[in-house]
Amino acid sequence: MVKLVPATWTTAFVAAGDQVVFMGAFFRNIFRSGFEWNEFLRQSYIIGYKSLSLVGITGFILGFVLTLQSEPTMREFGATSFVPSMVTISVIREIGPVIIALICAGKISSSIGAELGSMKVSEQIDAMEVSGANPVQYLVVTRILACIIMIPLLTLMADALAMMGGFAASNMNNHLTATLYFSKAFSALRFGDLIPAVAKTIFFGFAIGFVGCFKGYNSERGTESVGVAANSAVVSASLWIIVLDAIAVQLTSVFAYN
Amino acid sequence: MVKTLVQKINSNVVNKPGAVVAIKHLKKSFGTKEVLSDISMSLYKGENLVVLGKSGQGKSVAIKCIVGLLTQDSGSLKVFDEEVKDLSEKEWKALRMKIGFLFQSAALYDSMTVEQNLEFPLTRVLKLKDKQEIRQRIEEVLEGVGLLDAIEKMPSDLSGGMRKRIGLARTLILKPEIMLYDEPTTGLDPITSREISELIMEMQKKYQTSSIIITHDMACAKITADRILVMNNGSFEAEGNYEQLESGSDELVRSFFK
Ligand SMILES: Nc1ncnc2c1ncn2[C@@H]1O[C@H](COP(=O)(O)OP(=O)(O)O)[C@@H](O)[C@H]1O
Ligand SMILES: [Mg+2]
Repeated sequence: MVKLVPATWTTAFVAAGDQVVFMGAFFRNIFRSGFEWNEFLRQSYIIGYKSLSLVGITGFILGFVLTLQSEPTMREFGATSFVPSMVTISVIREIGPVIIALICAGKISSSIGAELGSMKVSEQIDAMEVSGANPVQYLVVTRILACIIMIPLLTLMADALAMMGGFAASNMNNHLTATLYFSKAFSALRFGDLIPAVAKTIFFGFAIGFVGCFKGYNSERGTESVGVAANSAVVSASLWIIVLDAIAVQLTSVFAYN
Repeated sequence: MVKTLVQKINSNVVNKPGAVVAIKHLKKSFGTKEVLSDISMSLYKGENLVVLGKSGQGKSVAIKCIVGLLTQDSGSLKVFDEEVKDLSEKEWKALRMKIGFLFQSAALYDSMTVEQNLEFPLTRVLKLKDKQEIRQRIEEVLEGVGLLDAIEKMPSDLSGGMRKRIGLARTLILKPEIMLYDEPTTGLDPITSREISELIMEMQKKYQTSSIIITHDMACAKITADRILVMNNGSFEAEGNYEQLESGSDELVRSFFK
């Protein structure tokens, strides 16, 4: 057979095809009877509750640092009073969703990848399948849906804490009252800003759960592949997030601000 | 000598009635590596068939084809007179309920307790709802393998022999008609090995299963085998009962008895 395309291209296409098939299996199994509520709630707890402190601290420091960093510059223009609204808008529209999603890719995608990878290697997934149970419904659907729901909630919480952080920072220098700070912060924020911001975190959540499950579920034989699955889950989930964000920015600028 | 034995095997597999598993000229390769070069065998109702062979000969690959975890490249594989490669997803599910598979590693679900491990096939596959019936079946099968007091334990707290027993219990709880044991005694001390072998015999009597037992433990073969097949280089090279093979002159076969 004549080679029309280099071998690396073919593997890339095969990998993309595998992902499409896996995605199809996920969507088909969402609506199968026998939804695994217990496992879904357990995963939501693990994914959401156990990331609270990491995400919370990150959010708070994000607002705190952004405020401290931008105040001197803004002071030169005599525009310190714009700092609260500037920080709020940039955190809610862009920085919050992306930073939190990247952090969750590191924490959640990798742990899903490692967990399912070790279940695959130790033949637990095969055992489920052989017994006649449905491992995609039990393991994959629950984890991806939990990510789709928990990542937006975690991001909203991080946004709120970022505003607290911003208030703490500007309170150190300017002795603003909380009421004044938050009314300034919200003054420039429109409800319309929230919708695309939350919508994109839903897609980030999907990417985080999907990539972790895909890498783990399809890991090779042998124990070292568990590490490979965890690692490549983080790398590709991060890439997905960046690319999805670029697409989201384009879409919002076309639909929301015209 | 080898040749005559092979001829004997091939004459044996030709459509003898009562075969629950009938394999003819099965071939399987991974990439360029041929693992099963030509496999033909039958498993008859109610018998214990032991498959002997060195590591890496493709024994696990062969039984994974029977349950559809792997698909053969060519050849025919019939289970209960149905050609498995023609089965739909639904038919596979029905067939898998009748086949039990004990994995080499036992493949217990490590995030679940022993009780939840045993409950999993009951609620997911048999769709049992009645709490009392579930509990009763779990206790019955645990009593059968002599581990009723481990019901609350996590798999990580169990010894190798206990894990095998729980794996066996999880498989037997669906009352399979065919049992496939992948190296049930490998890695266990001689006393525990004998207990597992005796357990296999006990379970066969209790549930009237037909079994394929993969092993290279001759003590296990001596206890369990009604008939023995010896696999080498991807095909079967000898057949007979324990005494016939022990007194035979074939070099490979004799090496197992040393
Ligand atoms: N899923 C797989 N992908 C690639 N190679 C495999 C796979 N399963 C088994 N093999 C290879 O097939 C050969 C036979 O393996 P196996 O059936 O596990 O041997 P054993 O007789 O010890 O059970 C080994 O060389 C193994 O590396
Ligand atoms: Mg094996």
